[in-house]
Amino acid sequence: MTDAAATAGSSAAANAASAQPEHMAWDSRARRMVMLWLPLACFVLILLFPFYWMTVTAFKPDAELYDFRAHNPFWISSPTLNHIHKLLFETAYPKWLMTTMLVAVCSTFLSLLSSTLAAYAIQRLRFKGSQYVGLAIYLAYLVPPSIQFIPLAAMVHQLGLFDTPFALILTYPTFLIPFCTWLLIGYFKSIPYELEECALIDGATRLQILRQITLPLAVPGLISAGIFSFTLSWNEFIYALAFIQSSENKTVPVAILTELVTGDVYQWGALMAGSLLGSLPVAIFYSFFVDYYVSSMTGAVKE
Amino acid sequence: MSATTAADWLKTRRDPSWIARLFDYKPLLIVLCLLPAVGLLMTFLTYPLGLGIFLAFTDTTIGRRGVWVGLENFEYLLSDPLWWNAVFYSVFYTAVATVLKFGLGLWLALLLNQHLPFKSLLRAIILLPWIVPTVLSAIAFWWIYDPQFSIISYVFVEVLGWRTTNIDFIGSAWPARWSLIAANVWRGIPFVAISLLAGLQTISPSLYEAALLDGSSAWQRFRFITFPMLLPILAIVMTFSIIFTFSDFQLVYAITRGGPVNSTHLLATLAFQRGIPGGQLGEGAAIAVSMIPFLVFATLFSYFALARRKWQQGEGND
Repeated sequence: MTDAAATAGSSAAANAASAQPEHMAWDSRARRMVMLWLPLACFVLILLFPFYWMTVTAFKPDAELYDFRAHNPFWISSPTLNHIHKLLFETAYPKWLMTTMLVAVCSTFLSLLSSTLAAYAIQRLRFKGSQYVGLAIYLAYLVPPSIQFIPLAAMVHQLGLFDTPFALILTYPTFLIPFCTWLLIGYFKSIPYELEECALIDGATRLQILRQITLPLAVPGLISAGIFSFTLSWNEFIYALAFIQSSENKTVPVAILTELVTGDVYQWGALMAGSLLGSLPVAIFYSFFVDYYVSSMTGAVKE
Repeated sequence: MSATTAADWLKTRRDPSWIARLFDYKPLLIVLCLLPAVGLLMTFLTYPLGLGIFLAFTDTTIGRRGVWVGLENFEYLLSDPLWWNAVFYSVFYTAVATVLKFGLGLWLALLLNQHLPFKSLLRAIILLPWIVPTVLSAIAFWWIYDPQFSIISYVFVEVLGWRTTNIDFIGSAWPARWSLIAANVWRGIPFVAISLLAGLQTISPSLYEAALLDGSSAWQRFRFITFPMLLPILAIVMTFSIIFTFSDFQLVYAITRGGPVNSTHLLATLAFQRGIPGGQLGEGAAIAVSMIPFLVFATLFSYFALARRKWQQGEGND
């Protein structure tokens, strides 16, 4: 009896507490501040600080860069474009950007084409063992480039592709195709099969169905896969480092690290300007399609 | 009238040409559709994987075909303190970075899962470290870790006055190891947080309502609802994270290149150093092959996590 009364009392108190939010308002606001906004602000600050520092360094004159006592390092007193000017007109930076763009676009196109066909075959033209092909392609994604670059370097030498963009265009799809295929399988799965059945009854061929029904419906998936492939191939480093030797054929990440770092005195201004300019295309591209990007990343994880 | 419409209708129904019929023949279509993807993967993924294992048993150098030397490369590695050092640091780096990434990433995901203004903007900002090319952000970290002009040292020495000397981030072994782990965690948190956030959003709110009615505490709700429901995604994300942290190359190569005195070599950077500039393809391949057992272990982990999920959902549900 007393037990029941006690529980009744406590539940009444809980009800009162939840029924009177204005009484708790300040408390919960302070609590929310400490538990939510403060950690979130710390996270955002730490995650963004390197970019801020990169930007600040890129626009600082050398005198400010190496004198923290006279100038507040967190701010630029006299911004300069010297580093960027030097980068664009005294190094082969524009050429590196073009090479990177060419490689990224070609390998994205190649892997998008082949993975669309593969995903269609696996998901829609169901055949015996199609799920095993899908599993094998998924497993291919788990093979990291770090264990592949040595045999690939030997192959690239033998095929005579060493030091050409083709070495990169042909090898990047190895890590792009598994991801794109997996993503597109998930997308095709979400398109109702009845649509294709109707088309089949109306006498459409399989290729017509793919071109006129499935692909238009899978455009968001294609965009996601394309963005993902583009950023991945823009960021790729180890193959580009191993297969490219001559300065003018290098991609941006490799070139900054191997061409701009000269001697013992690092040109931090130019290095940061190069990093900033090299990050911008991806960042801009990403900001236009951020929702596709997030959905592709999380979709692939959930599959 | 009706006869002409029938004729018109028949006329539009022309016979498909032999080439259209050929492309509608299902087995051929399957082969054609799979050919580009499977061909590329076979040529540039499966074959090199086999070639790599073969090279590990030869003494190939760049430009010269090697001869079969059996287990000589591996015997040499087992007696090589640098290789043992790289194995130790690879495992240490992966373990510490994974724990930190998932701890902080889960925390960030839980924060983002609450009702917030500008949620999508916040999400976009948080993903930025993961989008930017690793090497370029690694160079920014290199500059942040500069022995003389490090901004962190500046804050500690000049602003806060907690230290009198600059912090030596990458000049000696242990600080360098921790600095690299910090950079890796910085880059990995967004991926973990956003993936786990997607997992959190799939958990039905009715579960939490039921638990609230039953008088559960916040910790109990996390322990008995959030965590078990998140486990399948957690397992997959963790597998990817472990594989790509263990085989990491870019960060270490960009910031320390394995130095100081080879103390921060991961297996991948050691393999690169021996294989490409050193030209010892056979030995480099042996180092790369020695990563495979670890990776297989991580993959099996993923497989059993997936199997467990199927079991939870009931049979034939996937």
